[in-house]
Amino acid sequence: MTEITEVPSPFCGIGTDDLSIQVNGVALKVTSNGCAVNTPAFEQAVTDTAPRVAGQSVSLAAAASKAAELLRDTNQPLFSGCATDVNGMRALLSLADKTGATVDNINFNVARRNLLALQDAGWMNTTLAELKNRCDLLVVVGTDLEAFAPRFFERYLWNEESMFLDNTANREVIYLGKKPSGDASTSPTGRKATVLPCADADLPDVTAALAALVKGNLVLAQTIADIAIADLQAIADKLKTAQYGVILWGAGALAFDQAELTVQTLCNIVKDINLQGNRCSGFPLGGKEGDQTANQVCGWTTGYPARVNFARGYPEYDPYLFDTQILLNNGEADVLLWVQAFNSAALPPKTDLPTIVVGRSGMTFEKEPDVFIPVGTPGIDHAGHAYRLDNVVAIRLKKLRDSGLPSTAAALAAIEQAL
Amino acid sequence: MLIKLTGGTVYDPASGIDGQQQDIYVQDGRIIDPPTDGRPVDQEYDLRGKVVMSGAIDMHTHIGGGKGNIARTLLPEDHRMDPVPRTPITRSGNGHAMPSTYVAGYRYAEMGYTACFEPAVLPINARQAHMEMGDTPIVDKGGYVMLGSDDFFLRMMTANKDQKAINDYVAWTLNAAKGIGIKVVNAGGINAFKFNQRKLDLDEQNSHYAVTPRQILQTLARAVQELGITHPLHVHGCNLGVPGNLETTLNTIQGIDGLPMHLTHIQFHSYGTEGDFKFSSGAAQIAEAINSNPNITADVGQILFGQTVTASGDNMRQHANHRFASPNKWVCMDIECDAGCGVVPFKYKDQNFVNALQWAIGLEIFLLVQDPWRIFLTTDHPNGAPFTSYPHLIRLLMDRSFRNDMLATIHPEAQKMTTLASIEREYTLNEIAIMTRAGAARIIGLKDRGALSAGNWADITIYTENADRQAMFTKPDYVFKDGELVVKDGQVVKVTWGTTHIVKPEYDLSIEKDLKPYFDKYLTMKLGNFKISDDEISEDGRGSLTAHPLRGAA
Repeated sequence: MTEITEVPSPFCGIGTDDLSIQVNGVALKVTSNGCAVNTPAFEQAVTDTAPRVAGQSVSLAAAASKAAELLRDTNQPLFSGCATDVNGMRALLSLADKTGATVDNINFNVARRNLLALQDAGWMNTTLAELKNRCDLLVVVGTDLEAFAPRFFERYLWNEESMFLDNTANREVIYLGKKPSGDASTSPTGRKATVLPCADADLPDVTAALAALVKGNLVLAQTIADIAIADLQAIADKLKTAQYGVILWGAGALAFDQAELTVQTLCNIVKDINLQGNRCSGFPLGGKEGDQTANQVCGWTTGYPARVNFARGYPEYDPYLFDTQILLNNGEADVLLWVQAFNSAALPPKTDLPTIVVGRSGMTFEKEPDVFIPVGTPGIDHAGHAYRLDNVVAIRLKKLRDSGLPSTAAALAAIEQAL
Repeated sequence: MLIKLTGGTVYDPASGIDGQQQDIYVQDGRIIDPPTDGRPVDQEYDLRGKVVMSGAIDMHTHIGGGKGNIARTLLPEDHRMDPVPRTPITRSGNGHAMPSTYVAGYRYAEMGYTACFEPAVLPINARQAHMEMGDTPIVDKGGYVMLGSDDFFLRMMTANKDQKAINDYVAWTLNAAKGIGIKVVNAGGINAFKFNQRKLDLDEQNSHYAVTPRQILQTLARAVQELGITHPLHVHGCNLGVPGNLETTLNTIQGIDGLPMHLTHIQFHSYGTEGDFKFSSGAAQIAEAINSNPNITADVGQILFGQTVTASGDNMRQHANHRFASPNKWVCMDIECDAGCGVVPFKYKDQNFVNALQWAIGLEIFLLVQDPWRIFLTTDHPNGAPFTSYPHLIRLLMDRSFRNDMLATIHPEAQKMTTLASIEREYTLNEIAIMTRAGAARIIGLKDRGALSAGNWADITIYTENADRQAMFTKPDYVFKDGELVVKDGQVVKVTWGTTHIVKPEYDLSIEKDLKPYFDKYLTMKLGNFKISDDEISEDGRGSLTAHPLRGAA
């Protein structure tokens, strides 16, 4: 039995890298700094170790050969999920280039809310260490932050010391929209977050009113979605006087039509405050199940984020047309490759198409795929790289045990070899 | 395999060869002396009538790192106009202003370039820079690691740590991030922007640390010199793009006390305030300062007309310049108590007075700096223009009548404000070879590159002599990388993977006693997880590291 310290996690998105993990054969136990997201993700047992073709155990070579056979001579292969590490995405994009596939990341419909705002107007954002040392005002919009990342507050707000704040407990936290599910946002000295609740669907109106107030425009209404304009004015005033205000949102929680416009409204508030002479930054959440990793690697390999199509022999990007579910619904794909190395509960979409799954050991299928290659998890079974939610920092994932499971990259390279 | 390149006209300034007909022999990736044992030549290339140079080296080009990927993601419309299909040997991708990494590697090689250096590697983002460069085929690569706005360094300055401690930190960071040089971007200014300072002059204090850019530059230039790092401190000066910044640049040169310093994209730092539009050329004064200060080198950062995107660590200046964004979308980021970045698309227009004069200022600097060993051909890709415009730029430098024809088409007021028409100089092939090969290898500190004498790696580019220098430099006949033929008739024929060039200056390990608690308390990553290990570069089976000697060491 050994204990490995300073283990980075690819699961929580916030790049915690202080976990201690006890390794006993292939069994893992998080012994310190675990959380509700990371601990089960690390401790999940290895069940499948052998690839299967039509439910029968086979060698990796035989599974790769069958997968290649399914991909050969297809008109529109669909590579979905795309939840893996940097090398896994490199191999996936190489195979997609060769087979003319569509590549679609599992979280793209969520990430699209941010990407459309970025590609239309841009933004001014910050990263975790800046937040940890500078942020004196955090406005959380429409998201339950501690459910997303249980240790966010402990690590980045209520840190004992910061370089530029006298007392981190004096930071002010304001929730707009969803209420927090627990008390993580209460400061160590007992100062509670201000919560201005509203329904998700009201956030476009509420953020638009806040944007107007930040610009100094007159708002005639007294309340918006039961939030007093005076309360929104107070947020605007605080943003304008904060030392380093941060507006944080989780695109995943903005589950309403045209949520990208709400993201853009938030980004414009940030820009306006900077134009008015004060500093302020945005902070989008994300980084789970390899979504930032997929977008980054696809970004430098194709020029586009991870919803691209190689059918014409070069990558094309369309944030709507290449949606997995739409392609399946319209009968526009003829084979599905599902890649999901982090989460064995994230199963491929229901389809009658020939299906290849390169997935985390432990997946149980309603319908056995034609080919299943169980792969190791980056940061557990092999070393690798994953991007944190703030998109700048790639963390170096460690290999913790010898499970014998191949990496995503190895499994996909074997398929490409067999083509 | 023994390769003979027969009868080419060789320009090898590193060996003092200026257009002599010579045979070159290549074996096992390197150039060798003519064999005397009579063994047969396996492959011979008849290069009579052709021009032979070593592979070109771009000493300042933004090819890897987070801001480049933001630029790519920001501009899908720019990629759509330049799709690059896959071939049996090359990957697909997209080009124009900020191409995908594969396309960047192929296009550099197809222009005869065999090495590229990313000039703005944030230590915290160095992994990404190396991963992107790791997916850039054929060319060698390397990076300059950015310091000067990171809080650890500024805390050291405020605490009056001695030069030795600073040197240890600089060397530690260079090892951890795997770079070949040290870069400063708007010294301390990126940090000052986080404290809401919107400008920072050379002698203006950071409002929190009470440290000035001049002090930062002096301290880091000294560190680079004392550590024996060959590449001088690589400086993106204060006040980029600001009319009148000519004075700042001259003061920066004077203020460095004779220490080696490289001023990058100096065109953007050579502006006066004369004339009706309060914007004028400072090229003559800047060139004179370079000419009379042998410790100074510079690359130009030439702008060329058309759409591009600017991607810089200088978020203070990029934020100020966002009002020129075209299309109107832009990104600024504060990054990890380390640095920042700003990405602003630009469309330089020949009928815009300022853009037109910027174009002329860059060319004036090229032509007025006398020593081609101290001035380098860059567009600060993609900031002044995409690197694919280099052949056009070479023609502007080598062909006065072409240059004057172009000059006659730009904004008429800009024509009046430049002396370009009166400058007779035309660069020679030998001077181009110095600027893009021998000089670049020397200034970066590359051992066994940028020269064609025996013992050097066989990075060789062969062109057909053509009076139209743009056509000539666009499409080499052959490019050899480490002795392998990778490009024929301007097309990639073989994909290889270049090495990553680094230096490994020594330091006192006790610096980690200060760094570890700093990482634990203030940063978001453990010190041990921050350092990039060698296997991160090589584990994909195609990357490698090449460490170069420090100055004074053989």
